Amino acid sequence: MTDFVLKRMVALVLPFVQMLGLYVIFHGHLSPGGSFSGGIITGLSLIAFSLVFGLERGHEKISERLMGLIESFGALWYGAMGLVGVLRGTTFLMNKGAGVPLGEPGRLFSGGLILLITLGVGLKVASTMVTLFNALMEEEE
Amino acid sequence: MNPQVTDLLNIAFLGFLVVIAIAVSYVKDLLYAAILLGAYSVTIALVWLLMSAPDLAITEAAAGIGMTTLMIAVISKIGRKVE
Repeated sequence: MTDFVLKRMVALVLPFVQMLGLYVIFHGHLSPGGSFSGGIITGLSLIAFSLVFGLERGHEKISERLMGLIESFGALWYGAMGLVGVLRGTTFLMNKGAGVPLGEPGRLFSGGLILLITLGVGLKVASTMVTLFNALMEEEE
Repeated sequence: MNPQVTDLLNIAFLGFLVVIAIAVSYVKDLLYAAILLGAYSVTIALVWLLMSAPDLAITEAAAGIGMTTLMIAVISKIGRKVE
């Protein structure tokens, strides 16, 4: 875990990987991909950091408590976005029928609640991947 | 793309999938098995792409690489040779 070339290459590549993951999450309703694949890509960038620089430095970046909070926030955010339709007097997860402005087709801010729901699911998947990795690596004998 | 070329590529990739799946069960070293499963997921991502399902291809590639990384992390803890 003390390879100079490996550390510098990961430090160079990681910002672009995270950018790609967030791009896939945010463009889930316009292009191939979506919350699940984008979340896995974002989570894998954090896993790669922990693999190369060590678990301790990974925990310094994002602690386990913050990771659990993000994970819970993703699930609660999905439920809250679904309740928008209920509060407007229609069914759960109703989008256009609940009076949400849809925007211009083909632009980033279109599709109403889909972008917000996708963001929550992406956060949930990314933090779940990192939590899974940490749980597997920290298992005591 | 030419339909015949697509058919040939499909047959080649699907045959490669069968070869990898049989090889995984015969390999004794767990690290080699994990790497072979990574090759399996990349190959099936190409098959999804040929069948014009780029959504599935992205998900399969990302999930396959993620699962392979987790498997290699576990193998580094429990050792490579398990009888």
